[in-house]
Amino acid sequence: MPSFDPGLLLHGQYHDWLVNGFVLSVELAAMALVLGLPLALAIAVMRLAPVRALRATGLAYVEGIRNIPLLAHLLFWYFGAPELLPEPVKAWLYSGNVEVASALVALTLYVAAYMAEDIRSGVRSVSPGQLDAARALGFGYLGAMRLVVLPQAVRATVPALISQALNLWKDTSVATVIGVGEMMYQAARVESASFRSAEAFAFCTTAYLCVSLTITALASWMQRRYPVRPA
Amino acid sequence: MIELIQTYWLYFLVGQYPQGPLGGLALTVLLAAVALVLSMPAGLLLGLARVSRVAAIRWPVTAFVFIVRGTPLLMVVFWAYFFLPSLTGHKTDQFSTMLMALVVFDGVYLAEILRAGIRAIPAGQFLAARSLGMTPWQVMRSVVLPQALRHMLPSLVNQFVATIKATSLGYIIGLNEVSFIAAQINTQVFTHATEVYLLLGITYFALCFGLSRIAFWIERRLSQRTPAWQAAEAVPVHAS
Repeated sequence: MPSFDPGLLLHGQYHDWLVNGFVLSVELAAMALVLGLPLALAIAVMRLAPVRALRATGLAYVEGIRNIPLLAHLLFWYFGAPELLPEPVKAWLYSGNVEVASALVALTLYVAAYMAEDIRSGVRSVSPGQLDAARALGFGYLGAMRLVVLPQAVRATVPALISQALNLWKDTSVATVIGVGEMMYQAARVESASFRSAEAFAFCTTAYLCVSLTITALASWMQRRYPVRPA
Repeated sequence: MIELIQTYWLYFLVGQYPQGPLGGLALTVLLAAVALVLSMPAGLLLGLARVSRVAAIRWPVTAFVFIVRGTPLLMVVFWAYFFLPSLTGHKTDQFSTMLMALVVFDGVYLAEILRAGIRAIPAGQFLAARSLGMTPWQVMRSVVLPQALRHMLPSLVNQFVATIKATSLGYIIGLNEVSFIAAQINTQVFTHATEVYLLLGITYFALCFGLSRIAFWIERRLSQRTPAWQAAEAVPVHAS
């Protein structure tokens, strides 16, 4: 094995590939988070709704997504789903970056299922008397949720959501399977172009770790700064 | 879709098995089961090291746990895939590579589950056992671990589900588990990508959802005979 050459990672073509990969990984995670959060909130509200059909739909979504590996989701959204689209839409999709679009759909739907469960258990940690009291004061179900229950549930939910963001960050690596040019893909590319696997993998491991540890630190800071207030 | 299932169901379930290597769904379940079984001793050792009183044992293991939990499983797979051959001296097949990566990964997660289980047992039990004349090691073996391990059972089934889901990454290094076989079928029939990957999803769902129901059932069985101390808020113990 040739000796470890850190210069490879600091400048030159391979450096650019890996940095581009890192940027795309961060972008994927950030976009999936931004799109996934409102979806997760909607599903969590469905899971808690007083209407049976809504609850069942929410449950089916969460269990359906969580019991299938992310890799199978990615394969479906990349190879399977575009077949169902009408021809002009398909042509438009393939003229753009179809890999990133499919990965984004899969990651968003995947992370939303997990976050929905975290939001749901956060809401359930607020005493049911609060909802009853708000309803008795004349709030509708949505009004009571928005103004009384959710603001309290946020404190209990945010640390769990941050740890889901950590999982999302690590999960972006799986997108390499459909050829998204994120960090893992670029590492494999550097490896096959230069046989410098140790350098490429060290770069990726360090980059993944730095972001992960930052997220972990943020979670524990949040927990100390904004502890859950006992009702 | 019916035709698809009729033609390929055996290939999907066992790969080319009687004529060739085992593959498909059978390989997925086998790999997950072997990985989980092998990771149990690793998880036990790492978990005990995580609560050890000896800093020289606790710190390196804690650092290792943080590193593995902070990197994607795929990263561990890649390290294993490219460096196992240079360590062992001969080429490692995809099954052993994936198995190694999963054992490391599961070991670390089981260690954290065990650590939580140990810390949930009140300090009073540890003190009581010590005052009966037991050594710290005897306390761990005869008092703390039997209780901690029993309450790990539902988490263990959930970890099995997580492991089954994780085996799908074998696809990337060309291991012929069920996702890889589905992709093979897809290239053979070519025009039914939606159906093929839908069936793959349904298969994973049936397997994982079934197992998670079992975990739920075990959890309910166990909670019916919860010891009194668990009803009160558990006091964490810092034991060897």
